Amino acid sequence: MSIRLQNIAKHFSSTQALEPINLDIHEGELVGLLGPSGSGKTTLLRIIAGLESADRSPQAGKILFGDRDVTNVHVRDRRIGFVFQHYALFRHMSVYDNVAFGLTVMPKKRRPSSGEIRARVFRLLEMVQLQHLANRLPAQLSGGQQQRVSLARALAVEPDVLLLDEPFGALDAKVRQDLRRWLRRLHDELNFTSVFVTHDQEEALELSDRVVVMSNGRIEQIDTPDTLYRSPKNRFVFEFLGDVNHLEGKVHNGVLTCGDAHLNVDLPNGDEELLLRPHEIRLTEQPSAESHLPVTITAISPVGAEVRVELEADWLVKPWLATVRHADFERLEMSRGQRLFAHPRHWHRFKEDTKAPAKQGRAA
Amino acid sequence: MRRIGDAPHVRRLLISAALLLSALFLLLPLIAIFAQAFSQGVAVFWSNVSNHFTLHAIGLTLMIALLTIPVCLVFGVALAWLVTRFSFPGRRVLQTLIDIPFAVSPVVAGLIYLLLYGRNGWIGSWLDTHDIQLMFAWPGILMVTIFVTCPFVARELIPLMQAQGSREEEAAVTLGASGWTTFWRVTLPNIRWALLYGIILTNARAVGEFGAVSVVSGAIRGQTNTLPLHLEQLYQDYNAVGAFASAALLALIALLSLAAKAGLEWRASRREAF
Repeated sequence: MSIRLQNIAKHFSSTQALEPINLDIHEGELVGLLGPSGSGKTTLLRIIAGLESADRSPQAGKILFGDRDVTNVHVRDRRIGFVFQHYALFRHMSVYDNVAFGLTVMPKKRRPSSGEIRARVFRLLEMVQLQHLANRLPAQLSGGQQQRVSLARALAVEPDVLLLDEPFGALDAKVRQDLRRWLRRLHDELNFTSVFVTHDQEEALELSDRVVVMSNGRIEQIDTPDTLYRSPKNRFVFEFLGDVNHLEGKVHNGVLTCGDAHLNVDLPNGDEELLLRPHEIRLTEQPSAESHLPVTITAISPVGAEVRVELEADWLVKPWLATVRHADFERLEMSRGQRLFAHPRHWHRFKEDTKAPAKQGRAA
Repeated sequence: MRRIGDAPHVRRLLISAALLLSALFLLLPLIAIFAQAFSQGVAVFWSNVSNHFTLHAIGLTLMIALLTIPVCLVFGVALAWLVTRFSFPGRRVLQTLIDIPFAVSPVVAGLIYLLLYGRNGWIGSWLDTHDIQLMFAWPGILMVTIFVTCPFVARELIPLMQAQGSREEEAAVTLGASGWTTFWRVTLPNIRWALLYGIILTNARAVGEFGAVSVVSGAIRGQTNTLPLHLEQLYQDYNAVGAFASAALLALIALLSLAAKAGLEWRASRREAF
């Protein structure tokens, strides 16, 4: 079932939580709403669910599920499944009763027979691999297990759309990874339309077909994870999707100067700020003709596929972070306090006010 | 390593002070009540208890308690629901207003009701022209008892319902449950222990209330005398055994309430451990 939002806005008393938003989510899509806290992503999800109502004035927005206008339909009749951040399982009911709840509260006419309910609940519990815990109370389960129960509970009523509010936010890293993969598989198998909220860029990029990046109640960009990462529309998206190093200086005759550092750039004269990803910085023992950026290593973290190196210099306002291959790390025999030269392989630049498309450049 | 304040002599001093004070102020008076009640033998105790006026006082007291509890129950749940699940202007003020019956002296409460609903009161004079008498009759006793006990249930529920939040109820609604179903199947089971606890406190207070009731009842023997009022009258009449027999009955009700409360707490803690 596709979801279409038209002109949805939300005020909480005098503060605007959402600016008027239009959003189309296709049938069978898995869409992530990504943004920092306070960006309005949870509010948007709760409006889709019907747990929160959108502003009616100055003009009322519209929410469509497929062809069905659900703007004024109560939550209980919207046919959604909602998974809460802290699971919100019914604490006094067994796992079985939790999953069966949605089926047992159906009006008599639509309610399946008790045998059918039983069969369906166990099918769902099997799917989330928890059939052996059917008689436990939620408090006796781990966080990951509780979240799987809450997913089974939401799916039991066969919703048109599945909405998840920071579904993995309260779990530890390892469990989160597993559940993420598992949800993706489940989504591909059952092919429902899902929207989930997260503040974790990695999670959004890994899990979603498309990502909606939000900030301050606005949609900044909607794109596939790949496009989003490669060509962010503005500075906010770029900065939110990963670590960023800043280089501020004055450009004069094609040379950007900042203290005793300089870099050849193909830009007009004036004040400039360039942004670099950690993997876009190369470290060598010598400056080159194009760049002279002397830095000192202040911290080294060799954990993971790459070595993370923190760099400082008196021409830098904030330290830089660079990622170096282990081979290069060993070749240069890097150590704390060592002085090296940084070479940007690639840089990005966003003009603040004009919202003009980003300009990117290559150097060295 | 020893924790701070856990020196042996400090511990011994605190424990003995606690035991001594409990014995002096709680246990001894309780024993004295029963000792006095039975001081002239079981037969005298029994004749005092089975006295017509005492029996009537017991009956009236229990009736008032039985009528008070459901009113306070509905009022308390509705109020707690309102205060914890909705946000509206004046919510804070309402939460403070709940405490008025606790803050006001019961005698003052009784006087206010007398001024309002008495024959010469604002509302009372109108009621009088329609031949409705509230003061110096059991409806008056019921009214002040409800006033004095109404915060108990709400006070028990509000912190609990605030801590539990409304997520479970939201989950129930997204699964298609009606408001009524949500209340019976999700909200009520989550608050049932606090609710029972509130009822026990309400009952204890309703049975034992003296100040407010004494103002509005008129203490007519065999008609508007509750057990605490009856007790006081017997004592004024120099019938010590009779007074203490009634006191023993009240103490018994209090002890039963406490036992019920302890039982509930024990069950609740067992559920949590489990």
